[in-house]
Amino acid sequence: MSGSTAVHGEYRAALRNNRLGLWLFFLSESFLFIGILVTRFYLWGNTRPELNQLNGLLVTIVLLLSSFTMNRAETALVQNDRKTFLNSLLVTVVLGLLFLAGVIVFEWGGHIRPSDGAYGAVLFGMTGMHALHVVSGIVFILIVWNNGRRGLYSSEQHWGVEACAIWWHYVDLVWVFFYPALYLMGQAIR
Amino acid sequence: MRTFFKLGFVRGLLGQVLGTLLGMGLVTGMRAAFGYSPLWLAEPAWVIGGLLGTVGFMVGVGALTDWAKWAGGLATPMHHGAPAGQPEWTRYFAVDLSHKVIGVQYTVWGIFVLLVGGLLAGLFRVELLQPGMQYFTTDRYNTMISAHGIIMIAAILLGVGGMINYLVPLMIGASDMAFPRLNAFGFWINVPASLLLITAMFVGGWDTGWTAYPPNSLRTALGGPLFFLGFYTIGISSIVGGLNLLVTVFTMRPPSMNLFRMPIFVWAAVGTSILQLLATQLVGLAMLMLIVERSLGMGFFTPVLNEAAKALNSPPGDPVLFQHLFWFYSHPAVYVFVLPGLGIISELLPVFARKPLFGYKWIALSSIGIAFLGFLVWAHHMFTSGMSNYLRLPFMYATLIIAVPTGVKFFSWLGTLWGGKLTYPTPMLFVLGAISVFLLGGLTGPPAATITTDLYLHDTYWVVGHFHQTFFGGFMFPFFAAMYYWFPKVTGRKYNEALGKLHFWLMVAGFWVMSLGQIWAGLRGMRRRIADYDPALGVQNIQIGITVAAFVIAFSILIALYNFIVSARSAEVAERNPWRSRSPEWQIPSPIPEHSYAAPLAVVGEPYDYGLPGSVYVRMELAGAGD
Ligand code: HEM
Ligand SMILES: [Cu+2]
Repeated sequence: MSGSTAVHGEYRAALRNNRLGLWLFFLSESFLFIGILVTRFYLWGNTRPELNQLNGLLVTIVLLLSSFTMNRAETALVQNDRKTFLNSLLVTVVLGLLFLAGVIVFEWGGHIRPSDGAYGAVLFGMTGMHALHVVSGIVFILIVWNNGRRGLYSSEQHWGVEACAIWWHYVDLVWVFFYPALYLMGQAIR
Repeated sequence: MRTFFKLGFVRGLLGQVLGTLLGMGLVTGMRAAFGYSPLWLAEPAWVIGGLLGTVGFMVGVGALTDWAKWAGGLATPMHHGAPAGQPEWTRYFAVDLSHKVIGVQYTVWGIFVLLVGGLLAGLFRVELLQPGMQYFTTDRYNTMISAHGIIMIAAILLGVGGMINYLVPLMIGASDMAFPRLNAFGFWINVPASLLLITAMFVGGWDTGWTAYPPNSLRTALGGPLFFLGFYTIGISSIVGGLNLLVTVFTMRPPSMNLFRMPIFVWAAVGTSILQLLATQLVGLAMLMLIVERSLGMGFFTPVLNEAAKALNSPPGDPVLFQHLFWFYSHPAVYVFVLPGLGIISELLPVFARKPLFGYKWIALSSIGIAFLGFLVWAHHMFTSGMSNYLRLPFMYATLIIAVPTGVKFFSWLGTLWGGKLTYPTPMLFVLGAISVFLLGGLTGPPAATITTDLYLHDTYWVVGHFHQTFFGGFMFPFFAAMYYWFPKVTGRKYNEALGKLHFWLMVAGFWVMSLGQIWAGLRGMRRRIADYDPALGVQNIQIGITVAAFVIAFSILIALYNFIVSARSAEVAERNPWRSRSPEWQIPSPIPEHSYAAPLAVVGEPYDYGLPGSVYVRMELAGAGD
């Protein structure tokens, strides 16, 4: 076996482990988010507080868009289009920050406080836990962007980018469940 | 002295102190900046301090170094052996990536934590010798029983981690775990976590027991939040450890080892890891919710509404929700503690009976069956909680059904023993002791699972008796069996057989007395977690018996430690395979060389065909001695 195929084989073995590990981590995190959803349905039942619907819709759209730009970044890297790769990562970061701003400034700045009974607790609990994950995703993207800028990823070997992209999609997916649970389901109580 | 300050462990401790101070300073500084008074608010200062202290430890010990380098785009080649220019023993006090070192680290730290928990038990058992309060205040007493519970759980998780990390890669012929750095991280995070739990006792303590039920846990003293944080941190270790093990077993076996030719302990480890990976998140969530409810007033568990919440027409919080979240983890957690121990029993019995393991497939699948059924029974802890009545019956039946896979294991053990050529060295004694004690636990469970009887037994010493039986039978006895059995493998030396047997007989006798005493006191109406009792209850003599027995157990464990330490340093060198085991780790030199197997394993037969002439399990080229 020549040296380079040995390295290649090692990379593939590591890749297999990494992929399985990441998916198992998602499975584990899913139990966290399911626990949070259970809390929401247990305490709120068939009701929900009055929230800013426009804001909810906007941040959701922004986050879904960011999943698209993240995907674009990864595809661009595979096609060796480094400029689109790096720019799409930055666009994703901006969209992620917009999402956070929407949640923190407009939702958290609304009329509900964390200490306001089950409505306050669950609203801040859900958005807070999700926001923490968004922040981790943004940090991850920035690391990948920085390493990408220095040419550390190739179109064949880029586990870091792949992991970052799946992580970001996963965080978006969680919001796809949280958004209706917070904004749409049950009867709005004023 | 220079070597001392270079030890990762010492640097970690410094990091934890600095991190804690930094966190406290941060909180106090923010309060100053926003003009709040008083500047010093103990609870947020300690919580943020505890959090940053944990991070500080991990940075100091060096568990995050390689990942920080990756983030900076640097490669980090694997390093084998002691740090450059340092003696070999320093490996054990620093971040080391070898699963064999990490396994020993888990075990040794686990035993240390076990001693702390045992010391607490010794103290509060003395208080229970007579009615009335003699040595402690009731608050101190409550702190000690609460800390005893959670510290012992930490010790058991560490012991489980030790056995799994050391044994599984060897048993499946893997060079190491799939993610060595994550493995080291998973061990080291336990150290600041254990220290947090110990600190919690000294900053006010807490009186909720290990179960942390609100509303009491929302009002208890400052030790409470530190305990939640420590519990949470230990959970992180469980999650990453479980994840690592599952990946290792699924991707790093040799191609010839199909699932049903793995050593049976590996199946148990898989069952445990599934539970750790999934269930732990829920208790982590519950602990976080307690922390934010206390510090930010988020009313998850408080059924009372403030004015603002009333104006919103918000529904109230609910303390029973906590119990659901908590037991969704903590029931499966009991199987996390015992599945590896039961795996050890199944692993060792055929060796000492010189017979094939009876019903290998059934045992393997029963571990997975227990793991999945374990998710469906959590509310048997809540029959008296005031949860909806219609939930009680299904949970009762589900609980009773778990007896089936557990029974499968028992029958298989009996089938393995039946007609075997039994020998009784110390590990075998511990295996048989484990079976006897675990059986007792299996018999005291169903009365607690039957609603009508549990309404009387709940929160009495019956339950205390029940779970000590299951923990001793499912973990403590098998753990010591494993310690004696693999001692020659790990150290290359023989332990003292006479002291081992003395340990066994003292521990098994002490345990039976202690445990039957607890059951008896429970039947007489002695409540658990109560510092005092009415002389009219007539349990004083029972309490004296329990206390004396507890001291016998403690003494026997000290004998074991003496035996291990002295033997590891100076006993006779052990033969390569003293138990005539077929398992691959016994076919290579002891202590095991750095790269365990010189050549990949080839599985050519069944793992447990003991006594069948000419049958072979694995083939390999022997690694050269030395290294
Ligand atoms: C596999 C070994 C087992 C372990 C490690 C174990 C462990 C425990 C622990 C730690 C507790 C007490 C929790 C607490 O309140 O602090 C407990 C309670 C209980 N166990 Fe087990 N157990 C085992 C087997 C069983 C079995 C086989 C059954 C029934 C068939 C059972 C039924 C119960 C019930 C119903 C309770 C709640 C009692 C009450 O609080 O009133 N357990 N167990
Ligand atoms: Cu249970």
